[in-house]
Amino acid sequence: MATAAHEVTPQEASAHPTAESVVVRFAGDSGDGMQLTGGQFTLSTALSGNDLATFPDFPAEIRAPQGTLFGVSAFQINFGSTAIETAGDAPDVLIAMNPAALKVNAPALKAGGLIIADEGEFGERNLAKAKYAANPLTDGSLAKWQLLSFNISQLTLDAVKPFGLGNKEALRCKNMWTLGLALWMFDRDRAPIVDWLKTKFAKAPVLAEANIAALNAGHAYGETAELAGPMKQHHIGVAPTAPGLYRTVTGAESISMGLVAGVQLANVPMFFGGYPITPASAILHFLSRLKEYGVTTFQAEDEIAAIASAIGASYAGQLGVTSSSGPGIALKGEAMGLAIMTELPLVIVNSQRGGPSTGLPTKTEQSDLYQAVYGRNGDAPMPVLAARSPSDCFDVAIEAVRIAVQYMTPVMLLTDGYIANAAEPWLVPDMSSYAPFPVEYLEEVPEGGFLPYGRDENLKRPWVKPGTPGLLHRIGGIEKAIGTGNIDYGAENHQKMTEIRRDKVANIAVPDQIVELGETSGKLAIVGWGSTFGPIHQAVRRARARGRDVAHIHIRHIWPMPANLGDLLKGYDTILVPEMNTGQLKTVLRDQFLVDAKPLNKVSGQPFLISEIEAAIDGHLPPEGELLPADNQQLTTDESGHDDGSLRPQAASAQSAEGHSA
Amino acid sequence: MNDMTPIVKTTPKDWETDQEVRWCPGCGDYAVLKAVQRTMPEIGARPENTVFVSGIGCSSRFPYYMETYGFHTIHGRAPAVATGVKLANPDLDVWIITGDGDALSIGGNHTMHLIRRNLDCQVLLFNNEIYGLTKGQYSPTSRVGTRTPSTPFGSVDTPANPCAFALGAGGRFIARAIDIHKNLVGVLKAAHAHKGTGFVEIFQNCIVYNDDVFAPFAEKKNAAANQLWVEHGKPLVFENGTKGLAMDMERLVLKVVDVVDGDWAAAGVIVHDQTNRGLAHMLVEMPFGMFPMALGVLFDDPRPTFESAVVTQNAEAAKGKTPDLQKLLSQGQTWQVEKEPRVE
Repeated sequence: MATAAHEVTPQEASAHPTAESVVVRFAGDSGDGMQLTGGQFTLSTALSGNDLATFPDFPAEIRAPQGTLFGVSAFQINFGSTAIETAGDAPDVLIAMNPAALKVNAPALKAGGLIIADEGEFGERNLAKAKYAANPLTDGSLAKWQLLSFNISQLTLDAVKPFGLGNKEALRCKNMWTLGLALWMFDRDRAPIVDWLKTKFAKAPVLAEANIAALNAGHAYGETAELAGPMKQHHIGVAPTAPGLYRTVTGAESISMGLVAGVQLANVPMFFGGYPITPASAILHFLSRLKEYGVTTFQAEDEIAAIASAIGASYAGQLGVTSSSGPGIALKGEAMGLAIMTELPLVIVNSQRGGPSTGLPTKTEQSDLYQAVYGRNGDAPMPVLAARSPSDCFDVAIEAVRIAVQYMTPVMLLTDGYIANAAEPWLVPDMSSYAPFPVEYLEEVPEGGFLPYGRDENLKRPWVKPGTPGLLHRIGGIEKAIGTGNIDYGAENHQKMTEIRRDKVANIAVPDQIVELGETSGKLAIVGWGSTFGPIHQAVRRARARGRDVAHIHIRHIWPMPANLGDLLKGYDTILVPEMNTGQLKTVLRDQFLVDAKPLNKVSGQPFLISEIEAAIDGHLPPEGELLPADNQQLTTDESGHDDGSLRPQAASAQSAEGHSA
Repeated sequence: MNDMTPIVKTTPKDWETDQEVRWCPGCGDYAVLKAVQRTMPEIGARPENTVFVSGIGCSSRFPYYMETYGFHTIHGRAPAVATGVKLANPDLDVWIITGDGDALSIGGNHTMHLIRRNLDCQVLLFNNEIYGLTKGQYSPTSRVGTRTPSTPFGSVDTPANPCAFALGAGGRFIARAIDIHKNLVGVLKAAHAHKGTGFVEIFQNCIVYNDDVFAPFAEKKNAAANQLWVEHGKPLVFENGTKGLAMDMERLVLKVVDVVDGDWAAAGVIVHDQTNRGLAHMLVEMPFGMFPMALGVLFDDPRPTFESAVVTQNAEAAKGKTPDLQKLLSQGQTWQVEKEPRVE
């Protein structure tokens, strides 16, 4: 989603979205190396200048029984010469390494799409495991798609024969053969993959050579074999992007780097307390390697110890960070209350997954919004931020650090399994463009005496590091007396302290809400948060291209909400909130602003499709063909040749981008 | 207080806060508080470098009464909070105040991992064999048959033995003391001198809910017969030197032997070696009644501490590397876009 750095031009916005983009899904057994194949294909795609988005979809089992339906691992990539914001609705090409992969993934394939199957794996045993009564490659059941099947297993064995590998090891090179074929299909350079293989197998050169041979053989097969019609070479043009240095980034990488950037801007060392949990562990792994950045990582004995140690580190003057996923976040709840009560800075990253309980560990969901906003005992207000995409995680992580240290409060950052694992091109930010916000510890008794719970204009209490002479004090989870912080159970004191904690968080300065696409008032607003950004944005763009009066609003600051949000929402006739839960943001919006927010929910563990949201947009608007509001139509006419309703004169556009101030 | 002149010497009074102490009159906690306040000047501690971290329970109010930095955390989690404090600033002198319920029930997991990691800190476990603050329910160290509001017919589960637990978790310093006994200060000093987790079980009398539960050895009149204060390099004798501990070589267990005319060697009495882990196991496991209560420093054999290993590894891993965030952001395979391809 390089669009983060790219202003969509009218031509692109009006371009037919599928014309210059292709969705490819690699699917196989969880032992077939599909994630690796997908990852390398992503890299080569990025290097060739396409915009892209990916969706890794893998089972929770590390090595599920071979050939089974539940052991299928898939990696989908959408790439193209236009702005790409989702992993694509329906694949154009499905590469199925066995019958189970075909069975699970074929239904998603676009009608007329291409299936490439390894017929070598379609023996009786594997067909039975995939619950096929007959071989689908030969019984005509795949007639609505184009089918190309050849014996990839045998072709791979032939290709790697000279290296004398055992049968099992030789077959492991299948994924590289397949990647080679895919590289040929989309006219990609093999050199970066060859380099990567050499590095990966530096200690076993024969494996490197075998994999390279398989890769080359797959590529050569595409080039020389006399294949039937559908198998042809495509060239997808370079996507328009802002100039600069790019790389691909996953949400987990981006959040980790954002946290490091945040603590550098705050000039404070980072302590990261974590406990392994899918899909949050990637952050712990990434940060564990960054010792030279002043990062201490601690794999604690459990989720509670992970957050408790982070609180201890914050007390001692570092920035405590902890990260987990739904069930782990639930375990941390009591400690969050302690951080709220003791008013210590802390960042809690929640990589959401399907719930409740253990739920769907490797599938995505947005169902922890209630937990984030409301999920603690007592009146326990805490700022909550949500990242919309892998690259967005970087800035949101910096924002979380800023709020934590500037207000002495724990902050929760919501991401999800989709964002954590998905990759997209990222315009590498220029760190010199970020303003530092160095923390100031209290180091001497201030004028008028030291009060551990004295406050500044933001209601922030001082941060005092143990080891500082003259400022000895005690803190804890029991209600504090105003100012001194001593134990105080008094009725009036608790009333006031509760109000102070509420006001402190409520008054956090958050930027005004902007409208991502469309007018600042109108018939319909699609209001989203988190990883639904891509599908909502594309759906709204397409609907607007058809002249529909619909806007896209995407909320980053879930708590406290932007001050202008209520008035902004009230400017639309209908508010539709697509969420991967049963309606959590919808409830909060209704509660905060008394607006009739309507839900659009999906909890299948899969991201929204663009088409699903587009259909919902149409469902909430008068039938197509009805006229747009007069002024809007006027503008559209003025901008003849541009059929995207989002086109407005420059001034209106600027107003929209800056948001509507309340 | 605010200048950087080193405090040459503190007095116990310097370690008292202005907070009103809120334990029940006659609670053993008062004696422990006094002992700790007496210990601090003797070990040359600095108030600003000292942090008391506690969990929840009567004993966990302790930090409010110490003129140091203090953190009264949540039930069972003091070891985890303390780990973060110490890793963030290894120069701080960290004391964990906990109880039998806090350390061995709700916080048992953290206690185990604190000890096995060997964080340099002192753990004072106030064992009163009861939940005091929640009004008298039985605790994980209550003896079988303890009648409480939650066990009106007597508790049925086997109690935990704090020192055996700590040793089993890999503890490198294990000691026992009694709240009102003068030796408590010496034990605390030894725990502080030990680099690593200094685990001290303090028998603490709860005057309201479990009064005199330790009287069979803690009371003065029972002391001689039932307290065995161990000392490194000294024979394991008690009852004014007339009895001692020897090895029953057939069963490989300890036995009580009579010492005649002070000739402990002739009676086969063992000389205490505080670095002998096997002996420590036997001392902490001695069933009271058949044996005296073993008290003092039962085991002391330091190993490298957790925070020093973390600091060393962090430094090693960072050696020769310059933190360059811009470089980090640009790592991996990158590509340069010179201009927007479709912009005319």
